[in-house]
Amino acid sequence: MSNPTVSLTPQEYKTEEHPIWCPGCGDFGVLSALYNSLSALKIHPKDLVVVSGIGCSGRTPGFVKSYGFHSVHGRVLPVALGIKAANPKLTVIGVGGDGDGFAIGGGHLPHAARRNPDITYIIMDNSIYGLTKGQYSPTSPIGFQAGSTPYGNIEQPLNPLALTIAYGATFVAQGYSSKPKELTQLINRAIEHQGFGFLNAISPCITFNNTYKVLSARLKEVPADHDVTNRVKAFELALQTDAVSLGVLYQTRKPTFEEGMHQVIQKAQAASPPRLDEIFSEFS
Amino acid sequence: MVDCVFRVGGEGGEGVISTGELLTLALARAGFEIYTFRTYPAEIKGGHANYQVRAADKLLLSQGAAVDVLMAFNEEAYQKHYKDVRPGGVILYDSDSYTPAEDVHGVIYYGVPLTSMATEKIGIKLTKNIISLGVLAALFEVPIEKFEGLLRDRFRKKGEAVILKNLEALRLGVEYVKTIHKRDSIRMGSGPRTVKELVLSGNESLALGAIASGCRIYAGYPITPATDIMEFLAKELPKVGGYVIQTEDEISAVGVVLGASFAGTKAMTATSGPGFSLMTEMIGLAVAAEIPAVIVDVQRVGPSTGMPTKTEQGDLYLAVYGGHGSCPRIVMALNNVEDCFYGIQRAFNLAEEFQMPVIVLSDQYLGHRKATVPPPDLSKVQIIERRKPSAEELKNYKRYKITPDFVSPLSMPGMEGGGYVAEGLEHDEVGYPAASDHENHLRLTQKRYGKFVAVERISNEMARIHGEEHPEIGIIGWGSSEGVIREAVQMAQAKGYSVGALHPKIIYPLPLARMRDFINGAKAVIIPELNYTGQFATLLRKRFTRDFVQLNKSIGLPFTPKEIFDKIEEVAENVKSNRQPDPARV
Repeated sequence: MSNPTVSLTPQEYKTEEHPIWCPGCGDFGVLSALYNSLSALKIHPKDLVVVSGIGCSGRTPGFVKSYGFHSVHGRVLPVALGIKAANPKLTVIGVGGDGDGFAIGGGHLPHAARRNPDITYIIMDNSIYGLTKGQYSPTSPIGFQAGSTPYGNIEQPLNPLALTIAYGATFVAQGYSSKPKELTQLINRAIEHQGFGFLNAISPCITFNNTYKVLSARLKEVPADHDVTNRVKAFELALQTDAVSLGVLYQTRKPTFEEGMHQVIQKAQAASPPRLDEIFSEFS
Repeated sequence: MVDCVFRVGGEGGEGVISTGELLTLALARAGFEIYTFRTYPAEIKGGHANYQVRAADKLLLSQGAAVDVLMAFNEEAYQKHYKDVRPGGVILYDSDSYTPAEDVHGVIYYGVPLTSMATEKIGIKLTKNIISLGVLAALFEVPIEKFEGLLRDRFRKKGEAVILKNLEALRLGVEYVKTIHKRDSIRMGSGPRTVKELVLSGNESLALGAIASGCRIYAGYPITPATDIMEFLAKELPKVGGYVIQTEDEISAVGVVLGASFAGTKAMTATSGPGFSLMTEMIGLAVAAEIPAVIVDVQRVGPSTGMPTKTEQGDLYLAVYGGHGSCPRIVMALNNVEDCFYGIQRAFNLAEEFQMPVIVLSDQYLGHRKATVPPPDLSKVQIIERRKPSAEELKNYKRYKITPDFVSPLSMPGMEGGGYVAEGLEHDEVGYPAASDHENHLRLTQKRYGKFVAVERISNEMARIHGEEHPEIGIIGWGSSEGVIREAVQMAQAKGYSVGALHPKIIYPLPLARMRDFINGAKAVIIPELNYTGQFATLLRKRFTRDFVQLNKSIGLPFTPKEIFDKIEEVAENVKSNRQPDPARV
């Protein structure tokens, strides 16, 4: 059963609330690609929920004509799961930053990935805590100097793509905020994917971690002949150190959380009529 | 009058608990009111286990005092419990395991070779439990057909052969009693009840009530003593189209609940102290974003991991004040097993009506004890739904509109024109962030607290008084102590004391009008609670300048009626001799 569609221009998904991001922030590119995707996929704002946590990315729901949930730091995925479980017909898009998703909320990611709800999770990865004015994040490189690492970061960064593939995510992709056309395509595919769609959108912080120049030399499209169902090859792409992969690394179809829920309900109802007084009779 | 306390004790994992449960169900089927009490070790296998059931032909308010009948399967059980048996009471023991000296004055001893009968005549050692039930039934004249029917029901799925083995074991016990010269005077017979009642634990009753309230998503993380709510619902919720999600932690559990409720489905989580501590940040989110949510805390002994299988009323501060900022939420406390069914419905109704989190306090004592409950009357269940925006309101929708009663229309995804952001940042009436608007923050805080005017009215309506309405000696208790307090009040009234007990169901906001009236008329007010410092007394001191007499117990066990009665007597003597009441203990 599909939801009613609607023909809106990307512009028409904008709200009256204006982004408070710094001029030049990568998040503008991600937001604009999201508007394009919603328009392309004809998603009705009444059936769309954008969920966020805390950080610069956290304000996103307010900028998208839809329902929104601006939750607390790190808790995008539990809230998104609750929404999807309550009403599987909704299009649920979670957005977060690298701190929100991989540090404080890092404990939820493996479980969202293995449960495989049909939701999309877009990380705006800038390898810095921007809203608190520049501290190193779980994706900052070793040696990175910032507010809380004045002598340089001594911790190894984590690898979002390798982790989510390992966690059992059924769709893993990476995009770049300065490549709007490609990013729109990736968001389209992530939303259309039936299951947990993880998209790491590299989105530089112009104020505290301006990586635009460094990045441009290292970006590399996923080879055209890459087999997205090959998990080992996907790991290889995720683990390469000489380049930053852009594109879909991994995609497979597995039963979604909601499909599993539906099956359990059918099984329970086949065995016993859905009546409360029948349940009572088990206790006398 | 029949009023008898049975206790079964033995090695954990050897069927002690199921023996107690079968005895409980048989007594309930025989028409008695029942009230069980369980203390159990934290170990899964081994260790000492015991199960107590009180059965009577009248309304039972507490677990009782002395034990009338002890069934001791081994020496440890005997040593642990023989002192609790009243003079004239009975101790039955497995004479194959241990033979006591039979030297407790006034107690009647019967040795029964349970283990050898089980191994030699039935061939299965564990049938000693069923044999012991046959002994209890015959010795105390509980109708044997109640046990027979129960065994048939219990083992139906295992086939006729298993049923017959168990019936044979039961009869072996009955036959053995013929060789006993009965020296005690305990006789049960049949109880007065004719309606087939349900036998439910507090947790089961709560879970059933949640289903009846329309709860369709439950999210939780395993934690003693709340886990059985999740397991119960995991089995029953899908039958009515709902689902249980076992989350990766309690933060996720409350996140799922808020997400589901935002999307329009009634949702609940249940936990105990450690999990509840983790949930506090998101409870604040539910307050700020005004999302209906029901959070159950089956309290256990804290702080930290504490005593997971023991009872306490120690989470009141956290329930009432946990969280940063000015953070209004409703806190309810459940009183008894039947109240768990109807109380949780009030919780859902309050959450929906006032769009805020409702924290429901139960505890290990209540959650794990079983009682006979009349079959719930579903026509009595009135379901309140959240206020939805009208077509007019959707034209220029303001999610956080300040209305005369401060409750705003709440849309849900799928509703055209109802789009908004559920916002944890301070926001304006539309829902737009307003994190720098100082005056707006005050207005919205007033809005969130403004809902309390109506909640307090309900809190006043729901408070109950047992005994005198305007007593000399007042008692104000909360939560699962209600029955015990009520029994103590009856004891004290029988002795001629002027005493009454006020028992609120909503403990935050407090039923201030009822309390003021009750407190002002009393010469002394006792606050009994199962924690070390007197958390409820502290809450009351914030609203009343009164030197409350605290009665605190914090050893992980519930009050007995006698403990409260003794305090009433002591305070009454002080009042009579015009002495100052005891100062607060801590």
